[in-house]
Amino acid sequence: MTVTRAEYCVIACAEAWRGDGEVLASPMGLIPSVGARLARRTFSPDLLMTDGEALLVGVDGTVEGWLPYRRHLALVTGGRRHVMMGASQIDRYGNQNISCIGDWARPKRQLLGVRGAPVNTLNNPTSYWVPRHSRRVFVETVDMVCGVGYDHADGAPYHRIPRVVSDLGVFDFATPDHSMRLASVHPGVTLAQVREATGFDLVVPDEVPYTREPTERELRLIREVIDPQNARSREVGA
Amino acid sequence: MSDKTMTADEVVSRLRSGMTLGIGGWGSRRKPMALVRALLRSDVTDLTIVSYGGPDVGMLAAAGRIRKLVAAFVTLDSIPLEPHYRAAREVGAFELMEVDEAMFMWGLRAAANRLPFLPVRAGIGSDVVRVNPGLRTVTSPYDDRETFVAMPALGMDAALVHLNRADRLGNGQCLGPDPYFDDLFCEAADTAYVSCERIVETAELTKDAPPQSLLVKRHTVTGVVEAPGGAHFTSCAPDYGRDEALQREYATTPWPEFAARYLGGGPHDRDPE
Repeated sequence: MTVTRAEYCVIACAEAWRGDGEVLASPMGLIPSVGARLARRTFSPDLLMTDGEALLVGVDGTVEGWLPYRRHLALVTGGRRHVMMGASQIDRYGNQNISCIGDWARPKRQLLGVRGAPVNTLNNPTSYWVPRHSRRVFVETVDMVCGVGYDHADGAPYHRIPRVVSDLGVFDFATPDHSMRLASVHPGVTLAQVREATGFDLVVPDEVPYTREPTERELRLIREVIDPQNARSREVGA
Repeated sequence: MSDKTMTADEVVSRLRSGMTLGIGGWGSRRKPMALVRALLRSDVTDLTIVSYGGPDVGMLAAAGRIRKLVAAFVTLDSIPLEPHYRAAREVGAFELMEVDEAMFMWGLRAAANRLPFLPVRAGIGSDVVRVNPGLRTVTSPYDDRETFVAMPALGMDAALVHLNRADRLGNGQCLGPDPYFDDLFCEAADTAYVSCERIVETAELTKDAPPQSLLVKRHTVTGVVEAPGGAHFTSCAPDYGRDEALQREYATTPWPEFAARYLGGGPHDRDPE
């Protein structure tokens, strides 16, 4: 069976939570959410997850805890959480913007606002998901730093950006100056495509692996259990 | 003990132009919309609004009542971007103090504790510091020497919140899964007004619900308004969910037209049962 691009994206997102242990997985967006649920059902069974509101729920939906916003914000500062946020813009050092496009004082496009990006990035691992990799998103400089990048973190003790996943590949900051590096491309994507869609010079190693294949069991879980309506294909096309 | 019940219009008659108002709830969840509608029917304006923003902010912005907003975001939840807030921001309609969600919470806590600020590990390194030149930092006096944002207290002249139940004395009860920050708003403000789905006898509050559901205490409350459907069209679990159809109508209709329907004697100009 052919693995779709959306399914590679699910695998790449799931891998963000590998080895995290007993922490809260906070996926924002559909594909990260399928990925987190896949990770919990397979290689990261101790992850905690919410119902999207105030309850912590087990794999079968059993309520196992209470996490209203005020407790959520305390959990963030305690650090036992790995969030995957969206990004309207992201730059080579992982600065992220979801607040507005253009001059903050009078934006060309007002977006959500900083939300919890500042507190997230200074307190717990923060990864990002970008469903449409383009030069509008992967920019030289973000218009408003909401999520703090490596060049702004100034040795903040708990700052870490494990990965950025897009519809083209997986990116990390495993370089001497923490500038963004291509960690893997999804099968069917070329390096030229990634470079063309990125608005800054990406670090590209000599050997770039492909994002790994899902196992039979993972594919079955994605297709039959976690996302049987195939909502993932509406977020990322073939 | 004093009976604090009043109408929404009586609440608004106690508010003045230029005041700082806190609005409880979160996004498009359990917003005190009956009180906001009463505010919109009045001529109170030039307001500083402190809110985890939703349609409360959108409507007040559309009606030109906001001089300054303190917020971390404005959203309709099921519709991520609030159209009237966006439009107002894109013409520079009011001043904005944009802070992080946690900074906002610690600002409320500081005010509730009568502290000038509280240290927060959020904001450092982000443009929140750039766009709020008045924000100061504070360095730990202990060996770690870490630097934090000194989040200033978010004090308010009045807070408006909506809860599931309350008694006539101002004891407010939250029956839904998330209290949001309504108790903090009441504690942080000089006066606070609680609207509720139903006013009940004090003894009835804990007849079928645990004491932990008693979120707001009467010594922080000035007035109590019985407003069935008073959070509509936002959600008010477990009494009702969000009215997605009306919210969509709100988001896609020019404000004057929607305001005429919503505030001007149309079918939505009363609180649905």
